[in-house]
Amino acid sequence: MPDTKVRSTGCGSINSCPAVKNILILDSDGKRVAVKYYSDEWPTNSAKLAFEKSLFGRTLKSNARTEAEITIFDSNIVIYKFVQDLHFFITGGDDENELLLATVLQGLFDAIALRLRNTIDKREALENLDVIFLCIDEVVDQGMILETDANAIAGKVAIQNMDASATLSEQGGVKATTYPCSCLGAVMGEGAKTPNFLKFLMTISQALASAREHLTKTLLK
Amino acid sequence: MAQPLVKKDDDRDDEVDYSPFLGIEKGAVLQEARVFNDPQLDPRRCSQVITKLLYLLNQGETFTKVEATEVFFSVTKLFQSRDMGLRRMVYVIIKELSPSADEVIIVTSSLMKDMTSKTDMYRANAIRVLCRITDGTLLTQIERYLKQAIVDKNPVVASAALVSGIHLLQTNPEIVKRWSNEVQEAVQSRAALVQFHALALLHQIRQNDRLAVNKLVSSLTRGSVRSPLAQCLLIRYTSQVIRESTNDTQTGDRPFYDFLEGCLRHKAEMVIFEAARAITELNGVTSRELTPAITVLQLFLSSSKPVLRFAAVRTLNKVAMSHPTAVTNCNIDMESLISDQNRSIATLAITTLLKTGNESSVDRLMKQITNFMSDIADEFKIVVVDAIRSLCLKFPLKHRSLMNFLSNILREEGGFEYKKAIVDSIVILIRDIPEAKESGLLHLCEFIEDCEFTYLSTQILHFLGIEGPKTSDPSKYIRYIYNRVHLENATVRAGAVSTLAKFGAMVDGLKPRIFVLLRRCLFDNDDEVRDRATLYLNTLGGDGAVVETDEGVKEFLFGSLDVPLVNLENSLKNYDPSEKAFDINSVPKDVKTQPLAEKKATSKKPTGLGAPPPGPLSTVDAYEKLLSSIPEFASFGKLFKSSAPVELTEAETEYAVNVVKHIFDGHVVFQYNCTNTIPEQLLENVTVIVDVSEAEEFAEVASKPLRQLPYDSPGQTFVAFEKPEGVSAVGKFSNMLRFIVKEVDPSTGEAEDDGVEDEYQLEDLELVAADYMLKVGVSNFRNAWESMGVDFERVDEYGLGPRDSLAEAVNAVINLLGMQPCEGTEVVPPNSRSHTCLLSGVYIGNVKVLVRLQFGLDGPKDVAMKLAVRSEGETVSDAIHEIVASG
Repeated sequence: MPDTKVRSTGCGSINSCPAVKNILILDSDGKRVAVKYYSDEWPTNSAKLAFEKSLFGRTLKSNARTEAEITIFDSNIVIYKFVQDLHFFITGGDDENELLLATVLQGLFDAIALRLRNTIDKREALENLDVIFLCIDEVVDQGMILETDANAIAGKVAIQNMDASATLSEQGGVKATTYPCSCLGAVMGEGAKTPNFLKFLMTISQALASAREHLTKTLLK
Repeated sequence: MAQPLVKKDDDRDDEVDYSPFLGIEKGAVLQEARVFNDPQLDPRRCSQVITKLLYLLNQGETFTKVEATEVFFSVTKLFQSRDMGLRRMVYVIIKELSPSADEVIIVTSSLMKDMTSKTDMYRANAIRVLCRITDGTLLTQIERYLKQAIVDKNPVVASAALVSGIHLLQTNPEIVKRWSNEVQEAVQSRAALVQFHALALLHQIRQNDRLAVNKLVSSLTRGSVRSPLAQCLLIRYTSQVIRESTNDTQTGDRPFYDFLEGCLRHKAEMVIFEAARAITELNGVTSRELTPAITVLQLFLSSSKPVLRFAAVRTLNKVAMSHPTAVTNCNIDMESLISDQNRSIATLAITTLLKTGNESSVDRLMKQITNFMSDIADEFKIVVVDAIRSLCLKFPLKHRSLMNFLSNILREEGGFEYKKAIVDSIVILIRDIPEAKESGLLHLCEFIEDCEFTYLSTQILHFLGIEGPKTSDPSKYIRYIYNRVHLENATVRAGAVSTLAKFGAMVDGLKPRIFVLLRRCLFDNDDEVRDRATLYLNTLGGDGAVVETDEGVKEFLFGSLDVPLVNLENSLKNYDPSEKAFDINSVPKDVKTQPLAEKKATSKKPTGLGAPPPGPLSTVDAYEKLLSSIPEFASFGKLFKSSAPVELTEAETEYAVNVVKHIFDGHVVFQYNCTNTIPEQLLENVTVIVDVSEAEEFAEVASKPLRQLPYDSPGQTFVAFEKPEGVSAVGKFSNMLRFIVKEVDPSTGEAEDDGVEDEYQLEDLELVAADYMLKVGVSNFRNAWESMGVDFERVDEYGLGPRDSLAEAVNAVINLLGMQPCEGTEVVPPNSRSHTCLLSGVYIGNVKVLVRLQFGLDGPKDVAMKLAVRSEGETVSDAIHEIVASG
């Protein structure tokens, strides 16, 4: 990702606050599915790719399917876990608490499993890439651990989807009523006198119609 | 129309490598992004397009400035939609696009609206986005909302605000520090993560206030911290407090140890481990304190989780360095880890065993190690090599098998760092175990026959040149060295020529044959190689007869350089090619102690905070230039030493003055660096009036006033004194700044014509014995000590009286003498009762001085010291004793 505005994470070992340097999800060829870097240790995309490539090659042979595995790589601690054709990695500094990093990775992993209804593979991940991005976004914020509980993470990502249907109908209604009304109010002031008034009314009725259509569409979804 | 992104129910089994992003293209997606501008927004469609944009960014695709701006502007339109899912995606993409300051303004109002929304999810995310992209100017406007959010009922919102606070603290500390009341309240939150984030932020706000951190820790260690993450933080802060407080309590129970010990019984493994690690890292930890921590770590060793085993074995490995006996209990568990599937764990187990093992187990371990060396990464190989080196030093009788092991792995594939570690280890073993020398040198010779690293080849050649001639049969190394002249690049060839010449100079019998080889090098196609060959042939007496090499020539060619290379380089740069030849004696010998560069300091260090100002490397040259440009001081001769600046004023006073003491043979010059911090004033004719009534041996001979000192542009004024030649005269000088002050009109910047004479009292300055001592290190103290001889040795014993600790006494004497500690002997291991410290330096008059200090604890606190001095002059040896006796 082009992190043009790299900010110091503020969570180095200096103030002893746990920090995540990156989260990687790669496929079985080492290609990116979703990656997120929080440290400026890898300033360019090619540096990131090089890191992913050698890390992938290093860990490929290990069996990290039942339990997460761990290694030291370029003076960083990397914890990784594989499922199907997906490889999950999390990187932290070499004085980081290993178990803490493992908890973060497990939280992310379980949250994604929850959201994808336990079918975690590359295809499913790519088709629900928005969910993956949102999960990563909820787990770590600029290197700072945000949440480690899988249910909480999945819940935060889910809110929108569950509520979406509910609020959408509500929103549709809101749109259909308040928006045109305010519009109407606005045009009534000066518009009533203009010959274009009828035209405005037409626009409003059109807006109403489209809103209604939109509403039914979302309800029938 | 773009194809829909999500089509789960489509038949997709026929395609093996199906991807919804197959054939995706930036241009097309940017086109698609125009749907964001539709008056009738389709949230699903927009979400899909955003996902595609994120996918592209994630794959490393970059957008041009124009493209990014365009996408950003159309994304801002999406705030009109009330679809929550879409809004989530909008938040994410805004963070990824990291808009510039003038673009941020467009979304500010939308985000601020979301920040005050009733929907928790909007509030939390809007806070995170806004804090991420804002540049600080906006912060004061939204500060009120952020403070509210910190104590928000919803934990997600509170966490979002707290985490943003942690990030903002780096850029806008003064604002975030105003939130401490709210943060304090959040620390008491019932939500686990809120507590964690609040604690992290609160600690960062107060981290410079030792007392406040102390209070925070002692109140929280008593209460119950719910979240494991917060508990881990608390453990870290607690060990920090323990670290800082150990100085005051030498005996008795360690404060907060009970808390750490209690955490070993926590239900979260993360916390147990954090506490165990903290205990093992305590300063001067006793075996009684260690035991419970080792016990839990031992349990982890047999865990089914690799992460747990790794964490435990890594910690035990570190403990084994300082407390090998404490770890021996775990040896059985550790041995079963040698066959661990995870190679990192196996390596750590092996190296731990190497540290704790005894002589009889060495061979068995070596066999096991050889089996898996090829499977592990270079970083771990280096760890193994280091462990083997220390093992070999511990059991010198085993050097044969260990040296064989090293030479075997030296022949295998490996990167530079790994090879360097092996070579370094062999070199150390050769130096410390005489029996290992011949075989070690031959291993190195074989290695350079097939070495791809120029650096290592030249290092080994240099080392061969030193050690080879001293062996029983030097001639057997010649072949390997001369091969380099044929087969290698110019750098190695030049190194080989020097090594050959060393053999020729040291071993007279070999001289004729060496000369034949050197003459062949005269036709090399590289300048440096030819030059070296010519130089050696001429200086060593090129007729090739078997004659003894002149001592002077040997010293000139192969003697050690007694000036730091950095200084030599600077002097050469400043040297003006002229009639006068370059004089190596004009190179300052003062070692500039550089701050230890932290590993990866650049990536970790927060900007602005804690970063030491980059010190000018060539201060000595700068001073020398400055002083020689002043005619009054030109006759003083060569500058012997310049001190570090000494502050003569408190911080933040009207005038800031510090002074640098320049020592010459018969003179002393004080350079006062003055800064005027009052914008409304212009100082003129600035001088320092020095009272020497407490420094009787000094007489003022010259003074150079500063003509003008405008606001905030530093200037210097000098005062010079005469003193008895070659003597370390000491004394106290009281200083008064005298000047004419003129008012300056702030609007025009012009000064008034009339000024008033004024004075400003500065602090006193002392000239001490250490000012006459240059810190000059020697690489091998024992050699230097022995070659100095006993002619001017002076030995005496001193009682230093009660001291806080041995280390404190050692430091006090080092500072008193102002000499360079050698071979790391300035570090006193914790809990030791005696210590030997080696110092070296050059005393005024260019007299080399070596000091051997032996400290011992005499009774509970009393420190006794034996001081042995060797130097090149009797008076100097006595002077050193006088310094200590009077100090």
